Amino acid sequence: MNIFLSLFSISLSAILAENFILVKFLGICPFMGVSKKTDTALGMGIAVTFVMAIASAATWAVNEFLLLPYALEYMQTVVFILVIAALVQFVEMFLQKAMPALYQSLGIYLPLITTNCAVLGVALLNIQNNYSFIESVVYGFTGGIGFTVAILLFSSVRERLEDCDCPKAFRGFPIALLAAGLLALAFMGFSGFKVV
Amino acid sequence: MNFKKQFREGLLTNNPVLAQLLGMCSTMAITTTLFNGLGMGVSVTLILICSNVVISLLRKIIPDKIRIAAYIVVIAGFVTMVDLILKAYLPALSESLGVFIPLIVVNCIILGRAEAYASKNGVLASAADGLTQGIGYTVALVVMCIIRELLGSGTFGAGVLGADGIRIIDAQYPALLIILPVGGFLTLACLIAFSQWLNRKLAEKEEKK
Repeated sequence: MNIFLSLFSISLSAILAENFILVKFLGICPFMGVSKKTDTALGMGIAVTFVMAIASAATWAVNEFLLLPYALEYMQTVVFILVIAALVQFVEMFLQKAMPALYQSLGIYLPLITTNCAVLGVALLNIQNNYSFIESVVYGFTGGIGFTVAILLFSSVRERLEDCDCPKAFRGFPIALLAAGLLALAFMGFSGFKVV
Repeated sequence: MNFKKQFREGLLTNNPVLAQLLGMCSTMAITTTLFNGLGMGVSVTLILICSNVVISLLRKIIPDKIRIAAYIVVIAGFVTMVDLILKAYLPALSESLGVFIPLIVVNCIILGRAEAYASKNGVLASAADGLTQGIGYTVALVVMCIIRELLGSGTFGAGVLGADGIRIIDAQYPALLIILPVGGFLTLACLIAFSQWLNRKLAEKEEKK
């Protein structure tokens, strides 16, 4: 019972209260970069969720069975980014063979995930929070769901921003950032107004 | 090589944060006090110079196909070094920047400069590029910090000038919202809008000449 409760609280905070993009500021680049259309945003969200869940599992295992026994924790950053890069490459090859349709639709976004801070971030946060294997995977997966929710909401806002009439200097990127700020304000409601 | 032009580009017309729109995660996440901003800016500048130099030196050896992976390993090495140095000598900074120090690895500015500049230019020019882009990043961070700290907590230079900095606005008035995530988005939006306006003015002025 207890473990379900803790998994539930991890999921809920990863999706809403501690949303990776809007509260933790991880993965802003793809959030701003691929949110111009709703369907590409959804594709990116699914790809990121997938990679975040697998990366959580892989980095947890690498840390537990490779780095800790040999006291190599200081190599975490280097090893994790290598694991993630390899993983993304592997996922890409696997999808190409097994699910060509999905691969086609994600195509260009897959390699970009390597440099998504949300993926490396979730790996590092798992270690920092001392999560067990299951907790890590759940945290990675629900973190990805949170990412998808945020990017989907934002892309539908952004489609409308395209033809809005705003001051010249704010056109394009700044107005999108302002909209993202308002979205972040809404997400703050999930955690309440607490002082960090 | 034109250092002055590079400097102007890094600071204004091609500023990594304000014009290229790279590395926004850290720009919004950690800019709550001047101490954080300066620490992050200097760390990134150091890593950027080192990685630019090494990648420029190796640019003829690294095969084209695996260049991104090779760049990431070089960058991750330097990030680990900086991470360990900060943990040893500036534990307070390391504590408050937290996970964003190791995340410099995936800061697009560094990989972006490696791919766009260091892999095509000589060592000296790449080092200068690292320095000017790093300074551009640091300046953008510091400006963000000063605005957010002043409006959000009413102080200036917390951590740099004494533990709490200099109090400018009485403690009950500042808008806490500005140092929360929302404030990060709003401040950066205004700052980018300002730099776009400034760049357009400058371009118009040059056209008139």
